Amino acid sequence: MANNIFALNRRTLLRAGAALPLAGMLPQLARAEGPIKTAAIYTVPVEQQWVSRIHKAATTAKERGDIEYVFSEKVSNTDYERVMREYCEAGHQLIVGEAFAVEDAARAVAKDYPDRAFLIGSSFKPDAAANPNFAVFDNYIQDASYLSGIVAGAMTKSGKIGMVGGYPIPEVNRLMNAFMAGVKETRKDASFLVAFIGSWFDPPKAKETALAQIDAGADLLYAERFGVSDAAKEKGVLAVGNVIDTQADYPDTVVASALWHFEPTLDAAIAAIKGGAFKADDYGQYSFMGKGGCSLAPLGTFDSKVPGDVKKLVAEKEAAIKAGSFTVAIDDNEPKSS
Amino acid sequence: MEALEILFTASLWAAAIRIASPLIFGTLGELICERAGVLNLGIEGIMTAGAFSGWLAVFLGGDLWLGVAVAALVGAVLGLLHGFLVVPLGLSQHVTGIGITLLATALSYYAYRLAFPEVTSPPKIEPFQPFPVPVLSDIPVLGPALFQQTPLTYLAFIMVGLVSWFLYRTPAGLAVRTVGENPAAAEAQGMNVTTVRLLAVMAGSALMGIGGSFITLSAFNSFFFEMTNGRGWICIALVVFGAWRPGKALLGAILFGLFDAYQLRLQQLAGAVVPYQLFLMLPFVMSIIALIVMSRRVAYPRALMVPYRKGER
Repeated sequence: MANNIFALNRRTLLRAGAALPLAGMLPQLARAEGPIKTAAIYTVPVEQQWVSRIHKAATTAKERGDIEYVFSEKVSNTDYERVMREYCEAGHQLIVGEAFAVEDAARAVAKDYPDRAFLIGSSFKPDAAANPNFAVFDNYIQDASYLSGIVAGAMTKSGKIGMVGGYPIPEVNRLMNAFMAGVKETRKDASFLVAFIGSWFDPPKAKETALAQIDAGADLLYAERFGVSDAAKEKGVLAVGNVIDTQADYPDTVVASALWHFEPTLDAAIAAIKGGAFKADDYGQYSFMGKGGCSLAPLGTFDSKVPGDVKKLVAEKEAAIKAGSFTVAIDDNEPKSS
Repeated sequence: MEALEILFTASLWAAAIRIASPLIFGTLGELICERAGVLNLGIEGIMTAGAFSGWLAVFLGGDLWLGVAVAALVGAVLGLLHGFLVVPLGLSQHVTGIGITLLATALSYYAYRLAFPEVTSPPKIEPFQPFPVPVLSDIPVLGPALFQQTPLTYLAFIMVGLVSWFLYRTPAGLAVRTVGENPAAAEAQGMNVTTVRLLAVMAGSALMGIGGSFITLSAFNSFFFEMTNGRGWICIALVVFGAWRPGKALLGAILFGLFDAYQLRLQQLAGAVVPYQLFLMLPFVMSIIALIVMSRRVAYPRALMVPYRKGER
């Protein structure tokens, strides 16, 4: 990585400059068969957990040759509509993004470009009548969160679990609630300390919050934000990961992680576009465990430390979820300390 | 009452000092600038640039202290830019400062992305570890709170003493204070007002850079966009709170850290009944109240934000 630094020289800059006017002529040319021209617009950097999963799936699809992939990161909400329109004007056929704070604007853009496909992260449902080309998705990984909760409940000694989140929005609440329900499976008397730091990117603050929870007696932390696992590591308590697998960085403290896989969602959209059948569907279900949209990360370094009967219970529940005989409740309400 | 018991735990005070550390550097830096008559609203951006450049230097294989030095250097360079625009050119200090913040922040993000185009999880470094001071760290409560911190925190406290000594006990410090109070008198004494102000802004900005590097080299181990998260703006308020005096500014920074550390712990106690937003607000509300109480009779540097033009009356 280090030798890559500032690998921008005058020649590449000039080349990029020369390519700009050409790019404007592309739309007419790009409608042919082949990879789907895809543009993703993120409001946060691609390092952010949630977005990193979308970015990963899109990169995989690009390497497979299914899509051409460009993206803009850290686009502010006030600028979001403009960037969407620019990509539409540039001839991109599939727009992937997140409309959590710009619902109306995003749907208005979709209306203006009826021949493009929009696959947008949203807390709301699709509206086929108003926007037939505006499909929604979200990280509905409550199944995996529930399983990670089962493991957490078995691993906590004090029965006090600390949870640090960014903001209590549905996509955060849902996973926290499922996790808490999972904990109750193995630890009926568990209590929870729930805190929000009012920022997505302030790891030092998340860390301080987690340290405060450890002070208050928590011996297992639910790591929704960067920084929490660091506090756990420093104080030698356990942590459960969320959306991404961080055990490689914290081999002695991260017990389990609930992973989100965006691949089924994106692949379903790609297949729909290729088949000419892209509609205003709710792609949320493609994040369910039954569709392969989420999973409990391998226990790895904790494989021998988690009791056998707990592993058996997790396997049973996982099978039941996949078979459809057990459904994890979707609860978007703000979790409270108990 | 459990809420009061928290106040007597060492971990609360240790957290307060940790949270205060970057603020101490930033506040001292801003204080030096303002004592010389220059408002530096570039602080938020300079701290971000310090956080990034210091971290990058360490990531590329540099020593941790080299990272701190790089952050200080980057801060000084940005300070020179700010100083050049507002001292000899006499531009609006508000507008220029905001401009510096936007520039420094955006440049840091841009350089980060150039350096790491394809990462999905932020690269990490090995940050400063807590260094327990022998003997002193064994004192009950006070020991764990004050003397089991990272070296950068100790440096912050040393800087308070140094800046204090510099401002009130050295000729150069007198020069800085004079150009901030009455530049014409300084000129009559044979001082070069422009040079003194430029150097003061550079030195102050270097301290801001170090404050930023605390976030990535001590409080955490990787760089994130937006991780300065308003700490620079808090420093501006702390300078007023401290009545432009290093000692009082230190008190203000610790008080803010204490409020923040306290609300984090209160949230764990009463989070089920009181909305979390109220707790997040607490340190800011308390600071505003403290500001009102403390700054009623302060004397700000007389020439603050007044550009000096030779020979003008």
